[in-house]
Amino acid sequence: MAGSTPVSATVSAGGAPGVLVTPEARRPPISPWQDAWRRFRKHRLAVVCSGILITMIVAVLVGPLFYRVPIDGIDFSVRLQGPSWDHPLGTDDLGQDLLARILYGGRISLAVGFAAMFVAVFVGVLVGSLAGMAGGKTDAALMWVTDLFLSLPQLPLLLLIIYLFRDALTGVVGPEMGVFILIVTIIGLFNWMQVARLVRAQFFSLREKEFVEAARALGASRFRLVWKHILPNALGPVIVAATIDVAAAIIAESTLSFLGLGFPPDIPTWGRLLFDAKDNLDFAPHWALFPGLAIFLTVLSINFVGDGLRDALDPRRVK
Amino acid sequence: MIAIPSLLGISVILFTVLALAPGDPFEELATNPAIPPEVRLQLRASLGMDDPIYIRYFRWLFAMLQGEWGFSFVSRINVDQLILQRLPTTLIVIGSSQILALAIALPVGVLAATRPYSIFDQVVNTLAFVGFSLPTFFTGLLFIMFFSIWLGWLPFVYNTNITATGWQWWWEHIRQSIMPVLVLGLFQGAAWTRFVRSAVLDVIRLDHVTTARAKGLPESRVTIRHVVRNALIPVVTLVALQMPIVFGGAIVTEQIFRVPGIGSLLITAILANDTPVIMAVTFVFACLVIFFNLLADIIYGWLDPRISYR
Amino acid sequence: MSASTTQARPVPAAVGQRLLEISGLKVHFRTDDGMVRAVDGVDIGVDRGETVCVVGESGCGKTVTAMTVLKLIAMPPGKIVAGSIMFEGRDIVPMSPAQMRAIRSKQIGIVFQEPMTSLNPVYTVGQQIAETVRHHEGLSKKAAYERAADMLRLVNIPSPQRRVHDYPHQFSGGMRQRVMIAMALSCNPKLLIADEPTTALDVTIQAQILELLTEMKERLGMAVMLITHAMGVVAETAQRVVVMYAGKVVEEATVEDLFANPRHPYTQGLIRSIPRIDLAATTHTRLEAIPGTVPSLLNPPKGCRFAARCRYVTEACLAAEPPLVEKAPGHKAACIL
Repeated sequence: MAGSTPVSATVSAGGAPGVLVTPEARRPPISPWQDAWRRFRKHRLAVVCSGILITMIVAVLVGPLFYRVPIDGIDFSVRLQGPSWDHPLGTDDLGQDLLARILYGGRISLAVGFAAMFVAVFVGVLVGSLAGMAGGKTDAALMWVTDLFLSLPQLPLLLLIIYLFRDALTGVVGPEMGVFILIVTIIGLFNWMQVARLVRAQFFSLREKEFVEAARALGASRFRLVWKHILPNALGPVIVAATIDVAAAIIAESTLSFLGLGFPPDIPTWGRLLFDAKDNLDFAPHWALFPGLAIFLTVLSINFVGDGLRDALDPRRVK
Repeated sequence: MIAIPSLLGISVILFTVLALAPGDPFEELATNPAIPPEVRLQLRASLGMDDPIYIRYFRWLFAMLQGEWGFSFVSRINVDQLILQRLPTTLIVIGSSQILALAIALPVGVLAATRPYSIFDQVVNTLAFVGFSLPTFFTGLLFIMFFSIWLGWLPFVYNTNITATGWQWWWEHIRQSIMPVLVLGLFQGAAWTRFVRSAVLDVIRLDHVTTARAKGLPESRVTIRHVVRNALIPVVTLVALQMPIVFGGAIVTEQIFRVPGIGSLLITAILANDTPVIMAVTFVFACLVIFFNLLADIIYGWLDPRISYR
Repeated sequence: MSASTTQARPVPAAVGQRLLEISGLKVHFRTDDGMVRAVDGVDIGVDRGETVCVVGESGCGKTVTAMTVLKLIAMPPGKIVAGSIMFEGRDIVPMSPAQMRAIRSKQIGIVFQEPMTSLNPVYTVGQQIAETVRHHEGLSKKAAYERAADMLRLVNIPSPQRRVHDYPHQFSGGMRQRVMIAMALSCNPKLLIADEPTTALDVTIQAQILELLTEMKERLGMAVMLITHAMGVVAETAQRVVVMYAGKVVEEATVEDLFANPRHPYTQGLIRSIPRIDLAATTHTRLEAIPGTVPSLLNPPKGCRFAARCRYVTEACLAAEPPLVEKAPGHKAACIL
């Protein structure tokens, strides 16, 4: 999509129907994954962004092991200071080190992003497979529900649900874990629709295909048919949708924290850091800038990687 | 009329969330010394807390639909009044930001798509990615840093009590609306630019466009009458699907700039445990989303003659 | 033959027989895999009032040739590398977009293969025909609609006054192709290019559309360049036939000559592959197909492009490409035999 998508190999899209090109004849046979990798590499921004993304993930995972400044070391003598050698990204109003807090908060933000994505993919595959397999009225009903979820006012509902359930859940599993489970589940439950549609579409397009017919004729069980033949074919588009889901979940979690309604105040997620920083913009802009940049870079990288993956795994959708 | 089933569906989800919620949402009243106990009992009775669930649902739904949303625990006025006071502000901010988004997305998306893979197209694409990867809450803060603190051009807190009159009054209102509208509009504009671009790219290679060229029409007429006009059909659907995100962005933006709309009302209500207000605002947002979906359906049918004859 | 030499040639008088003269045309497409030589040296002439059929299998470059006459190919990736397209003595190749627009529809009309997708679904057929005549002839809205209805009547669409207000999806495939023909003829062009106009239609409808084309040609006196892959269509409609293979013209003759005495082995193969109901019933001959496939146009083989599939292939065929030469008066073929 962005810039580097090649002009399609057959010229027909360019207005010259009927010209045959046979690129396969010239290239040695390669596996679909190699082919996908070749297409992904062509998307330079996606390659750069996967580098950035991997760096960020490694940084938040192992960074705290090397950068051993405590996230809650209060020191009023250095409060609200800009970047310096002691505090590379500066300090907040309690003199806490922002780099340490951003590294720690990144773990939470990324963990929420990936966990919510898994919930979304799980629900999406489940609903999509059910609809695709059952067809008829079940399918119509499930698709109605899918469309309904697509038109839900997500943020208000998210806020409402967290407002109603937070206390009950934190009472059971503790404030940090309770909020984590709640946020991950709900964000996941608001993001499965795209995956469900993709999986269902795959069912409908493959149901009549010869190899599925053949597998059915050979007596493959329904579950095996789905697991071995249909889902692998839906994998490419689902991976693309899942990537975008990670970004959506990170934004959703950050939004909640930014509104002061996400994780408890002592857990410095990126959104929470912004929430704390927003009243000190005039004298400590670095406080808001760095966590904001962290969110932006992560989301941008994921979006570009998703775009590259779309080129690589879903070549039919030329966008 | 798909709006009515959707409304029912959303109301069922809302009600389920409420019914599943642990504890009594009206517990707050018991501990709130400002609310006399008889009011609490009256409220409980009016909601029929002990009736079978479906009866409670229908009663709740009819109450919601008739605008009987109770009254705010905090500001002690009827919730419907509270919302009616705030709704116009939200609608004006959202409306102008959407117009801005459209004014950016349509020309830019069309220009990019008619020059695919050119420098312009690549710049637009990259900017669009940046635009919708920047969360509204961060752009809001960046704008405040830049326009209010650094340049000192715009006020960063929305003022409802502007004393000026005449042109001055208008000018002040426009000035304080610039940033919220820009934040929302640029974000949506970025997303829509991509929609427009991809829709135009899809249409531009269709046979009927070649037919239009073969008629000897000027390229501008081919683009506007035979490409953009057709590309608007899928764009309307995609835009309708974005409405929940638009309202989410509105909540965040109102909160950042303290715009007195229903979004900031929702956040205030949650922080103050003001359940009736929270419920009502969520319900209003649901209605707004459905309304815009309905509007999109009508526009869709109007744009695509194949629909009405289906 | 390069573009410069053909341009230097004396321009024939406008009253001359030739309406369209394509010479040495080369159209190449840049792709990721290299340059596709879709049209690689094509000469086709069309006289006033004549029907010329261009035949060949899919991918032989006949559609690209047709689209190039109106410069409707996407440029880039396409490019006219060499050759000239003289229309009424003027070369189309160097023309500006504005000059091209004055020729499209007004001088040369075109009908495409896919009637289902060639009309814009959001406008009524009347709007689409009227748009053409209003643009070229500056008619008023009312007059343009009347012309649209007249054109629909001309192509035998029932109750044209009512049908002008219908949308394309309210017409069947055959009816839509009639609308396309009506649109292409609405400005009374001197040449009609029909690019496989019947391929996408049912067999019974195909015959009707061909009949309509012939009838229109007789009534309006324009020339027709009919692109097709069906030899049966050729036999029914054409006066002259151009056979194309892998981006080149391999044979050109009058229709009688071609069927009676095909010179090129490819043409012979095409004629043999026409299903013959009369023969099939009595003898048990198999329907003959030409073995093999069209060579890649990315880097076409040296020598005759048909050599790999030819039953008479010799060393000489592989060494050099045989030029298109006159074997008999009015009968050209590109074969050493």
